[in-house]
Amino acid sequence: MKKILTLISACVFGSFLSTSLYAANHPVTGEKLSADQTFTYWHGDEHSSQDPQIVEDTYGANIVRDLFEGLLSQDAEGNLVPGVAESWSANDAKDVYTFNLRKNAKWSNGDPVTAYDFVYGWQRAVDPATASPYSWYMDIMSIKNGGEAINGDVPPSELGVKAIDDYTFQVELTASLPYFASMTTHGTTFPTHQATIEKYGSDWTKPENIVSNGAYVLTEHVLNERVVRERNPLYWNNADTIIEKVVTLVIPDESTGLIRYLAGELDQGPVPPGQFKKLKAEYPDQATSFPRLCNYYYTFNLSDSGIEAFQDVRVRKAMSYAIDRNVITEDILQAGQIPAYTFTPGATAGFDTPSVAFSKMTQAERDAKAVELMDAAGYGKDNPLSFTMVYNTSEGHKQIATVMSQMWKQKLGINATMENMEWKTFLDVRGKQDFEIARGAWCGDYNEASTFLDLLTTPSGYNDGKFSNAAVDQLMSEAKTLADASSNYTTIERILAAEMPVIPIYHYAGVFMLNPQLKGWPYDNVEQNWYSRNFYKVAE
Amino acid sequence: MIINKKNIEDLSKNFSESGGIKGRSLWYDARTRFLKNKAAVTSLIILSIILLFAFLGPLFAQWSNEEIDWTILGDISTLGMPSFNTGHFFGTDELGRDLYSRVIQGTKISLMVGVVGALIAVFVGTLYGAIAGYFGGRIDTIMMRIVDILMSIPYMFVLILLLVIFGRSIFMLFVGIGLISWLDMSRIVRGQTLSIKKKEFIEAAVATGVGNFTIILRHIIPNLLGVVAVYATLLVPGMILTESFISFLGLGIQEPNTSWGALISEGAKTMRYGTLWQLLFPLFFFVVSLFSLFFIGDGLRDALDPKDR
Amino acid sequence: MIIYILKRLSVALPTILILIIISFLLMHSAPGGPFTSEKPLPEQVLKNINAKYGLDQPIYNQMFNYVWGIITEFDFGPSFRYKDRTVNDIIAQGFPVTLKYGTWSFILAVLFGTSLGIIAAIRQNTFLDYLAVGFSISAQVLPNFVMAPILVLIFTLYLGWLPGGGWEGGQIQFVIMPVIALSTSYLASIARLTRSSMLEVLNSNFIRTAKAKGLPQYKIVFYHALKPTLLPVISYLGPAFVGMITGSVVIDMYFSTGGIGVLFVNGALNRDYSTIMGITILVGCLTITFNLLVDILYAWIDPKIRY
Repeated sequence: MKKILTLISACVFGSFLSTSLYAANHPVTGEKLSADQTFTYWHGDEHSSQDPQIVEDTYGANIVRDLFEGLLSQDAEGNLVPGVAESWSANDAKDVYTFNLRKNAKWSNGDPVTAYDFVYGWQRAVDPATASPYSWYMDIMSIKNGGEAINGDVPPSELGVKAIDDYTFQVELTASLPYFASMTTHGTTFPTHQATIEKYGSDWTKPENIVSNGAYVLTEHVLNERVVRERNPLYWNNADTIIEKVVTLVIPDESTGLIRYLAGELDQGPVPPGQFKKLKAEYPDQATSFPRLCNYYYTFNLSDSGIEAFQDVRVRKAMSYAIDRNVITEDILQAGQIPAYTFTPGATAGFDTPSVAFSKMTQAERDAKAVELMDAAGYGKDNPLSFTMVYNTSEGHKQIATVMSQMWKQKLGINATMENMEWKTFLDVRGKQDFEIARGAWCGDYNEASTFLDLLTTPSGYNDGKFSNAAVDQLMSEAKTLADASSNYTTIERILAAEMPVIPIYHYAGVFMLNPQLKGWPYDNVEQNWYSRNFYKVAE
Repeated sequence: MIINKKNIEDLSKNFSESGGIKGRSLWYDARTRFLKNKAAVTSLIILSIILLFAFLGPLFAQWSNEEIDWTILGDISTLGMPSFNTGHFFGTDELGRDLYSRVIQGTKISLMVGVVGALIAVFVGTLYGAIAGYFGGRIDTIMMRIVDILMSIPYMFVLILLLVIFGRSIFMLFVGIGLISWLDMSRIVRGQTLSIKKKEFIEAAVATGVGNFTIILRHIIPNLLGVVAVYATLLVPGMILTESFISFLGLGIQEPNTSWGALISEGAKTMRYGTLWQLLFPLFFFVVSLFSLFFIGDGLRDALDPKDR
Repeated sequence: MIIYILKRLSVALPTILILIIISFLLMHSAPGGPFTSEKPLPEQVLKNINAKYGLDQPIYNQMFNYVWGIITEFDFGPSFRYKDRTVNDIIAQGFPVTLKYGTWSFILAVLFGTSLGIIAAIRQNTFLDYLAVGFSISAQVLPNFVMAPILVLIFTLYLGWLPGGGWEGGQIQFVIMPVIALSTSYLASIARLTRSSMLEVLNSNFIRTAKAKGLPQYKIVFYHALKPTLLPVISYLGPAFVGMITGSVVIDMYFSTGGIGVLFVNGALNRDYSTIMGITILVGCLTITFNLLVDILYAWIDPKIRY
């Protein structure tokens, strides 16, 4: 009860404070700010954790970015900006990085944030006892002894990180990594407070225990209902933070989420599949859509467990050509998704969508070509091809699968049996190559074409279709050392269009409803790493 | 979903009192009583019409249940409305597929799932109950204790676990559901078997050396049919409701096939967006059929229960 | 009586044990595991995680350890999905929510259900009776996943009276819609049950005698008919209460109330073994306890029953 009272008085006091301080104008743009600076937004599912080293999902990462701050952050365009580190430098070989930390960064209990906190956090990430699901991230960062520590061959203390002094943090790499600094915006690399974790064990992330160094502190967490975080007055850049309070509401059903948005309970809410166009007409300043770094495709199983027909490139091409992607993006999804003829989304930095063989044809030409290829392969209406297509349970996936199977049926006489499975079963089946053709989607881990194209190389653990092409493997390994690899990527996309191991369908759009009063959403940050402290609400 | 257990128990008491021997007159009386029950007869007629619709409806359909009407795709809320001109008598779903054909097809699946699930429950329950009742003694005690234990298991939760395991096949799923729905049935059947087994014709069979299982199958189970039939009628709507819940979770029948539950839950999702017919047509068939099944079940029970009210 | 209760309790223990074994085996036979993810984890990482959660041990060991943890420390283990929470935490948070709207639904269903049933019975074959019967059958066949969005549409979007979801510690405006959506079908069942039972009682000889003696109707109904009428209703209370606890699956999904229903469904979909086990055991214990309570109540009301 006492706690509740304190909370209430804090809220009341907080809102007085905000009224007195921020019934003002935005310091930079001069817009008149709203008296209410609470940002309430939607999550479709409970997040996995708010522990930086444990979190593994996007929802959790959103929360972790508000509660903690790593060495570097991203701005609205996705460029690197200083976080706890004021500056950083690398040696010429790009295998030793040194970060100079700011001296005014504090934990929410008043302790200074030092290089030792980073050393602790990073060692914790690779410690087998932590069992971090993202420990592999430290391995691909090429940190010295990273992989060995994960395997348990060396103790975590041997990890190639050290605190030169309280405010200088140094990392030793096993290879030259020009983009290493940009990897430190990821939650796994955030610092954690050793004393708190040792005191409370796995209970340390509870609101009453947690000590964090971000712009907000966790004040309430009700599983499957809400997460509340409030301004951290000890945050070094507290003066520039405008949003007072951030509330995450967990609403599994998208239609309900939309209703609650329309009822004014949310500042950001979901758009159920197929409803964007109508919402855009009704609420032009609220329905929002922008390109994302994600693709949507169907992959053929090219391993031995797949069916004979898919070994024939003519069949694969015919099936891909027969899909009218414009129908899918304009009539089904209707929310600004981009028809895909390449695996890599056009929005990817440094990647110009190459014109591949079938992207320039009209759909009628593609259909004619598809029939021709199918005939040549020996299939047709009198000798129909039959197979099962699997996808995971979701209204959106179901609609696309249905439309695809009908296009195949009408144009090529294919009998595709649809089979949906719940998520874990689907992953199990797809990972074991126990399918004929399966849905796939991939969101880039970073803004570079290799995050997508690596998927189709022979050694990739994510290559569920088991496509294997020596030229692609060769070009990809070459690309790693090139300063500008875009011509390699173009060549690979051309090979993919000729071999068609996957059927690209469309490239994602980020779609949601956003309160027009809320400003500062980083639409141009293709990874959609947003920070509540960069938002503000203007007065109506 | 509730089945009035007490009434069923009364009914089984009745059956054992009147005994299987006077079977013919019992059935005759029951039919007369059933035909006097207006609600039940009307329901039977309505259900027959729905069945007829499910089998003859496709003759009038202009579209199949999986064909997409490409011309209206992208603007379902205006072009997909119910209309005789487009041939979509019930309108279309979100993907421009004919709702008339889909409702017909969904009706078949839902009724089938209801009957299959109920049959399995009845089959297992009858056999189990008859064996326990016939052999009696320690076998009976152990078998019935097992039923007691299974009854304390939260049904809904086991159902969800089954879904995760058998999610890929709706029929496997309903075999599974049938296998956990037989408990009440087995209790009722056991009670009745206990009294039948004291009858002379069973003693005669035992005396002439007929095998135990032959006696159960040939002599006991046929005398249980009345109570089993009533219970089965009441199980069917329960199964249909269960199927609709599974479809709500998105784990039911595989596309392009559909069921009432799947259609209703799709319709409920889009009811705000000006496509209310997507909810109303399947919901109408669902509600009317369940109504009928309930009334028929009640009617049958009253008819077979000579204690006239 | 006491011997009877003890006898029932002695069956409870093996029941829970069987429940644990069944759900444990069912869960582990589902395809995929708690750590199957879209971006498959490197082998070593997976090995570390499995070791941390004891999944590297043989299955009977895991089961034994799990049961042992419960018996010795009342510890249901860490959640595999919400990694900084234990199952004890999760249940401590979710169960009071479910219990609150479940109990209110239960009270509502019993009070209104029996009243509706009695009114329908004493006004048999009048318009009121038909209305009550019509309402209860349609409420019984209308799935609550249709009912819930309709309620939200009306009360949140059109009228703006109630918040569309959330719990906020269970303030009244957050409880109303979940309770309506959850209780309606049980209310209807109880009404039907009460009506038919009341009709039967009213036709029985002792009531006929009472009528013949010229007692006023309200006296007949409340002093003589009510008790025997309620007997079948009472035997339905056990399943109804459990149904409301498990019915929270739909409620939690629509109203984001965060009860154990959504925890269980998510647990099953995420293969969060420990959470599923914890909730199953909890609901199993509740079922057993409640059935026992109902039987005791039954015996108390109906003196004919002897144990």
